[in-house]
Amino acid sequence: MSILKDKLLLAWKGVIKENPTFVLVLGMCPTLGTTTSATNGFGMGIATMAVLIMSNMVISLIKNVIPDKVRIPSFIVVIASFVTIIEMLMQAYLPALYASLGVFIPLIVVNCIILGRAEAFASKNGVLDSALDGIGIGVGFTLSLTFIGAVREILGAGAIFGFNLGISSYMPLVLILAPGGFMVLGFAMVLFNKFLKRS
Amino acid sequence: MIVVLFVITFSSALFVGVVHSITEEPIREAALRAETQSIRNVLPEFDATQVEMIRVDEEEVKLTKATKDGKLVGCAVLSVSHSGFGGDVQMMVGYLPDGTIYNINVLSQKETPGLGTHMTDEDNVLLKSFQGHNAGVVNMTVRKDGGDVDALTAATISSRAYCDAVRKSYEAFKLSGVLDTLKSGSALSAGTTSELATE
Amino acid sequence: MEITYFAIIIGSIFVNNVVLSQFLGICPFLGVSSKVETSLGMGAAVTFVMALSSIVVWLIQYYVLQPLGIEYMQTIVFILVIAALVQMVEIILKKVSPSLYGALGIFLPLITTNCAVLGVAILMIQKKYTLLQSFTYSVSTAVGFALALVIFAGIRERLELDEVPEAFKGVPIALITASILAMAFMGFSGLV
Repeated sequence: MSILKDKLLLAWKGVIKENPTFVLVLGMCPTLGTTTSATNGFGMGIATMAVLIMSNMVISLIKNVIPDKVRIPSFIVVIASFVTIIEMLMQAYLPALYASLGVFIPLIVVNCIILGRAEAFASKNGVLDSALDGIGIGVGFTLSLTFIGAVREILGAGAIFGFNLGISSYMPLVLILAPGGFMVLGFAMVLFNKFLKRS
Repeated sequence: MIVVLFVITFSSALFVGVVHSITEEPIREAALRAETQSIRNVLPEFDATQVEMIRVDEEEVKLTKATKDGKLVGCAVLSVSHSGFGGDVQMMVGYLPDGTIYNINVLSQKETPGLGTHMTDEDNVLLKSFQGHNAGVVNMTVRKDGGDVDALTAATISSRAYCDAVRKSYEAFKLSGVLDTLKSGSALSAGTTSELATE
Repeated sequence: MEITYFAIIIGSIFVNNVVLSQFLGICPFLGVSSKVETSLGMGAAVTFVMALSSIVVWLIQYYVLQPLGIEYMQTIVFILVIAALVQMVEIILKKVSPSLYGALGIFLPLITTNCAVLGVAILMIQKKYTLLQSFTYSVSTAVGFALALVIFAGIRERLELDEVPEAFKGVPIALITASILAMAFMGFSGLV
């Protein structure tokens, strides 16, 4: 029972205490670039999570075989392969989402979250723990992205998940544009610091 | 060390290759399905198609002639403008045999969310300026430039790109010779069409 | 082609600034931009690597990947090429010009994970640019990156001295500053 609890806590850590967006401040490019709507943010979060879980598992499996000197290149190859696979799967089965996320899908490769977790967690822990870490961090990332996307979509376009709320003409469009991305993320971080971050 | 790196790279590449061979077909099918769907959106009902490539502005434009029971019901032209605000604007334009624009379907665009992206909406002002009008009589530039087309609010560049893409599609339609066969073929509508075509 | 070099240059430095409107290279933008001097160094290093990688990546795309029909390997190949290139630049610089290495050296390893480099490589292939266009695009994008970085560092140097509410300290206030800077850059839209 307590083992199960431990495992759940391990995954939960990634959601709040080590939230990749608000606490670790990693992966800022997709966080800003893809959150023009809640749907896009959610899609990006899920795609990143899928890559993260798989790369975490594979890296923790092969961590003992890899010589230290070629550690980083090997990690990059593993991550890049999974990104390419996700890219092809999305292109085949979710073409609309693939089109709207654009260049940010291949750029999951250089998302510091994934290499960061590979280096800091997966290369030191077992397969199950690494997978759980991937799930936790992935869920945290997805939630943050969906939240920011939702805020920008509601305030900027008067819609949520593409559903028009009928108030679009009163809303400040700038929140969907580039400055709005920085601003919403900045203020979201302030709120997170104020209410959720406990030492 | 080098052997390990090689093995990792090789197996990753192999894995990616396998997934590629699996997804290759669905990707092509998804693209084809999207194209067929958009042709159906912009033309009246048809049961057979015939594809032609036509050169406009030194680029190949894909024109699909659609027939029902052997009789031509319209042409769908896949047209791209490179002068969009955020990149290419790609659209499918459907013409009735006499040059009347039946419908326009924007397939891909990277315009500013909330401004230029309204070109994809149903019943937007750009579409209204074209739909149901004969392409030969419409002056295909925005009102600001002395044309007949109502531009989207605060998105003149996107609107110009839209017009540019429609213009290219009409060039292709004219070159396809559909208008000429109509002129010689059916005496009834020939008078009006030839008049319009010379505008 | 109707895309003129002038349009590419102005477009990628000001109108579609990598950092402020395309959201690429945010990590170094937030991380390295606390001093004008370091951000100049970072900007120079990125320009150097991007210029080099644009040529190499272009050649690989059109002379290796395309003839072999394995364009789908793009992401893997590009990131490895960029990583190898950065390593090589580091080694050569160390041997040939120790003074330049001293100035740029610490920024080089950071560049591999700078998504602007990979992003630009992918975008220039997507836009079907020629070799010279790709080179122009990469260099001016890098200049735009350096410009944003230096301006931002200048603002942050002053911000250091100001009193900021506790919850705003660090990244949040930097993001809000960046937002205002991005708004200023929006004034360039429609220039080309």
